[in-house]
Formats: sequence, C-alpha cells, structure tokens
Amino acid sequence: MSGQGGGARRIVITSGKGGVGKTTTTANVGAALAMRGHKVVLVDTDIGLRNLDLVMGVEKRIVFDLVEVVEGRCQLRQALIRDKRFESLQMLPAAQTREKTAVSEEQMDKLIGDLAKTADFVLIDCPAGIEHGFRNAIAGAREAIVVTTPEVSAIRDADRVVGKLRDRGTPFQLIVNRIRPEMVKSGEMMSVEDVSEILGGVILGVIPEDEEVIDTTNRGEPLVLDEAHRLAAIYGKIARRLEGEVVPLTDLEAPSFFSRLFALWKAG
Amino acid sequence: MLDFLKKSDFFKPFFRREGSGATARERLRLVLLSDHLSLAPDVVDALKAELFAVLSKYVDIDPQHAEVTFEMREREVAMLASVPILAVRNDRPSAPRPPAPPATRVRRRKRKGAVQTKLVPTSMGNSAQA
Amino acid sequence: MRAFETTPVESTTEGQAAAATLGRAIVITSGKGGVGKTTTTANVGTALAALGKRVVLVDADVGLRNLDIVLGLENRVRYHLLDVIEGNVGLDDALVRDKRSENLYLLAAAQAREKEDVDTAEMMNLMEQLRERFEYVLIDCPAGIETGFRNAIAGAQHAIIVCTPEVSAVRDADRVVGLLPNGWSPELIVNRLRPALVKKGKMLSVEDVNAILRLPLLGVIPDEPGVIVSTNKGEPIALDENSAIGAAFRAIAGRIVGEDRGEVSTTTPEPGFFTKLGALFGGRA
Repeated sequence: MSGQGGGARRIVITSGKGGVGKTTTTANVGAALAMRGHKVVLVDTDIGLRNLDLVMGVEKRIVFDLVEVVEGRCQLRQALIRDKRFESLQMLPAAQTREKTAVSEEQMDKLIGDLAKTADFVLIDCPAGIEHGFRNAIAGAREAIVVTTPEVSAIRDADRVVGKLRDRGTPFQLIVNRIRPEMVKSGEMMSVEDVSEILGGVILGVIPEDEEVIDTTNRGEPLVLDEAHRLAAIYGKIARRLEGEVVPLTDLEAPSFFSRLFALWKAG
Repeated sequence: MLDFLKKSDFFKPFFRREGSGATARERLRLVLLSDHLSLAPDVVDALKAELFAVLSKYVDIDPQHAEVTFEMREREVAMLASVPILAVRNDRPSAPRPPAPPATRVRRRKRKGAVQTKLVPTSMGNSAQA
Repeated sequence: MRAFETTPVESTTEGQAAAATLGRAIVITSGKGGVGKTTTTANVGTALAALGKRVVLVDADVGLRNLDIVLGLENRVRYHLLDVIEGNVGLDDALVRDKRSENLYLLAAAQAREKEDVDTAEMMNLMEQLRERFEYVLIDCPAGIETGFRNAIAGAQHAIIVCTPEVSAVRDADRVVGLLPNGWSPELIVNRLRPALVKKGKMLSVEDVNAILRLPLLGVIPDEPGVIVSTNKGEPIALDENSAIGAAFRAIAGRIVGEDRGEVSTTTPEPGFFTKLGALFGGRA
C-alpha cells in the first residue's frame, strides 16, 4: 500500500479518560487492518502501565521495549514482536518499570517516523490523562482517533483532548464505544448524535457494549479474530473507513423485542 | 394505582418522556461552556441577567420565555439568544449603540418578533486557558 | 470573579477540638483509568456523610476533573484546589457544600491547568488543613502513575485500591500497590463484578483478583447500568435504597467507620428476573 518513503498513516488512539477502550480499539482496529492486508505496527506508549501486550496475548514474548529502542540499547527490529496470527501485524511494547519521562516528544516523533518507513499504518496506543505520556503519544502522530463512551465524564475528558488536538492542528475522528442501544432508546443514555454534536468531528465507528470483550482480553485474543462475532464486522468497517472507503454506519437499533426476550430466557 | 404504575420500574418506560440521557446532554453543554470560557456557571447566569436588562432598555421583553443557549462550533462557542419581544418601548434612550468590543462579532436578525443575537468570540479554541 | 454566595464550613470550637485528632486522608486510586475511582469517591463520601461523618472530597485530577459532575455540583464550583494552594482564595471560598448533605464538601480540581502546576509540599499542607476540619478526606486520584498520582497520594495516609475483574486492571492495580509508601496497608474494592459471567468462567472472580493482589477486601460492587443513569443526573447512587450498588457503597462506608466488621461477601446478588425484565423494556436494571 502506502509503505514507501515513510508515507504510513500515523494515528494515535486517545481519549483523556481511562478505561473507555483505547487499548481494545488499538488491538482490534490494528488486527482488522492487518486482516485486510496492510502492514500494521501497534505502539504501546503507556510506559509503566502497559497493557496492549496482554490484549494482544504477546506478554510472554517481550524481550526489548520502546524505551530501550529510544536509548539505543537495541535495534528497533529486535524490539518489534510479530503477531503469530498475522504476518503483517507487529507490536512495539512499552517499558513496564520505567517512567513516562524516560522518553521525550522529539524521540517519540523520530521513533514513529522510523516505524512509518516500513509500514502502512502505525497505531499509537495513548495512556490515559493529558500529562507527559499523552504529549509523547501525540507527538509522533499525524492524525487521531478519539475514543469515548456516551457518559458525561468521558465526553468532558474527550473534549479536553479534542481541544489539544485542534490546537496542534491534528485531525481527528471519533469512535463511540460501549453504546447500549436499548438504553439510548429508553432515553437513559446519550446517543451517538449527542456525542458527535458535542465534540464535533466525524464518527469513524460506533461499537456496542459487549460482555465478550472482557473474555477476549482475558485470553489475549482480539475479538476481530472471531469473524462470526458481531463486533468483528464493526471493526472491519472501521478499517475500511480508515482506508477512505465510504461505509454507512452500522445500524445500532436495539435488537428486536423477541430476540431480547429469547436472550433473557436463555440467560435464565 | 396510577401512582404505583408510575413508580414501578417495570412501567416506567411507558410514562417517561425524557430520560437521564437528555439531562446528561444539557449538563455537558453547560459544563463544557464553562470549561471553554473559564466562566463559572453563576457568571453565565449574571451574563444572561445583564443581557436582558440591556434589551429591556429598548424593548419590553418576556424573560420567562427567553432562551439563551450556547452552542459548540468547530473552533468556537456561540451564544444564541431568543428573546420574545412584547412591545417596542417609546421611552428608549437616545444614544443608540455603543461600539462593539473588537474581539466580538455581533450579528442581529429579526425573526417572528424575537431578537436573535449571536455573539461569536473570534478565537476560542476548545482548550480553556486560565 | 465575584462570589454570589458563601459556603462557610463550621470552624467553631467544635472544629478546634477536632484539630487535636486529625481526620483520615484516604486516597482512592487504581492505576488504570475508568475502573470507578470517581464514582467510588463520590459514593463512599456520600455514604459516610449519611452516617453523620464530616467529609470532604478532593478532586486531584487537575485538567480532567469529573468529581463535580458525578456529584451534580458542577454549577457550584467557582474556585479550585490550585486557587487555594496559590493563595488566590481561602479554603472556605473554594469548598462547595453538597446539595444533599450538610456534612459533605467538595474541593474541585482546576480544569484549565496542568498537573505539574501542583506543588507536592503545598498539597500535603492543604490535606493537613483539611484533616483538621474533617473526619474523612477522600482524595480522588487521576489515572496513571505520573505527577498527578504522586501529588494525590502525597497528603494521604491510607489508600483504597479500586480494581475491576479484568487482567489489565489487576496488572495496573498491582503496579500501583508497589508504588505506595512503605507501611501503608491498602484495602481493595472490586468493582463491576458480574456474577453470571464469573459463573460462566468468562470473568475473573474476586478470589482470582485477590489471589494476585492479596489485599484486605473492603467491598465488592456489582455491575449495573444504573450507575450511568446516576452519573447522567449527578445523583450518587449511594442514596438509592433500591440499588444493589448503593447498598454496596453503604456497606463500605460502614466498614470504614468500623460499624461493620463482618467478612465481605465475594459475590453480589444476581439482578432479579423482574429487574431484567424491566431492563428489557426500559434499558434499566
């Protein structure tokens, strides 16, 4: 694809608030892009609190990390972990026992630039908050995906991040995560329209709440691997939208009354 | 009985008009406005009161049915005021208009007997600076 | 900026007497964001106040404050923690009294400032001042382990670790426990437990979580969408007599004040069929 001359897309996945699904999004969008044939590198910038390795299930294969690369203690290619499921998917883990201040914004920008030389997409998983770790994560990015949930505090934090991205001139798109269509319908949850109206920006994807996500994280297998899963199709569409294709948003109408009644009966 | 039905969670959906989602949306609008402008909400209230007072010098208005809302734009916050006019005052002051402050564009248009005022701060990013 | 009304705190003889015995400053922390620190701070504080304790909640998340929103006090915040530290206003001007309880106060974080602006020594000073006037000072810690975390724990003597039954949350909690000062004995709240998923083997159990963290268990809180509704409205769920989450927070407050010494149950009641049926119609559990 666009691998020549450092032309890779350099995208940071950020949110302000923690726990809204940045890492899960990074893993699944990355895997979806790899499944579509792109060369993808995932970068965990959450130094000290890394988790992308767990979500990708590669935690036992880490030898070197991002800080060691930056400090010149190993080659970049030595630190990259190739995914066992997809040839074209690699990951650069964060250091776990170092501080976020071990890396500067300039160093991060250079590192992402180096990764961009041989990839189509570099996805940067940003830490929560808007401190040093956040500044580092956005330093190497040229565009952003802001992940939020339809909750007051998540949106307020996302708004802070959007402000900082705008100040920097970094374009962004939104992913609204953990939407519960039945709660939106009953008026107890803000809708996707509410969120996009408040934050501005284009909606890149809408992902419904799904209890399977916890289970897949437990096992270290991104959800998109299960092609039958309803979220796999949603992440696939997000990947296509990132490629520039116009894909209508997934219909997130609540499941029909009878399917819900059936689910209730099944759950006992 | 009706009271019981209204109180029961089971039947709530049939009676509820607006859920907490709408409350959340409105609370967010206001809090983001104050985040962006570094204005405390009570200052916004004072702003409204003074705006009405100024309008009242020229026209009789109906503050009960006036709406002052704030809207997020791509790079700024806009204030939209819709104030019903009951009558034009005959005793309005002779000095017509003080000059607008330089950083603010003021647009006014008349529609269905209401004054629509739009105040658009020219450089207001999303990130509030203290 | 002018103050429209003042929110004075009792600093009478009673306050002076309390100064002899300083209150407890407890930081609520987790490492990972979004596991429920702010919700826990708001609800435990509300429940402690309902038990008659004088409580102040401190939002240490400079730049990303949310405790005001969760308490429904966002319209009353005029000054913040940094205003006090920098001497712009007195403590009494910055403390916001809760709508519902006379015993509960909020000290908000600055929204348009950076965490690096807070001086650690000043923060410790301020927490000590608060401990002279309140029986409980609950500090809502920001996510992560950067400057904001260090400042949040600086003035505290005790920590509550909030963790969800997820591998990444447990790993981050473990990291945070290792960063707390020696001699602290943090207690654990397991949040968002779904017993049905645990039963199916799709979620870590409380025992699984604590086999790794090995902390005294302070409480277990079930996962219910009711929390989203309560945040939407800015009404802490601890006041809701009908909510299992509210009951869990009240039990935690009971344990903190030493009223409840029983063993903590490691599971939570299943939502009843009728609650689920209600959720089916209205999206509420």
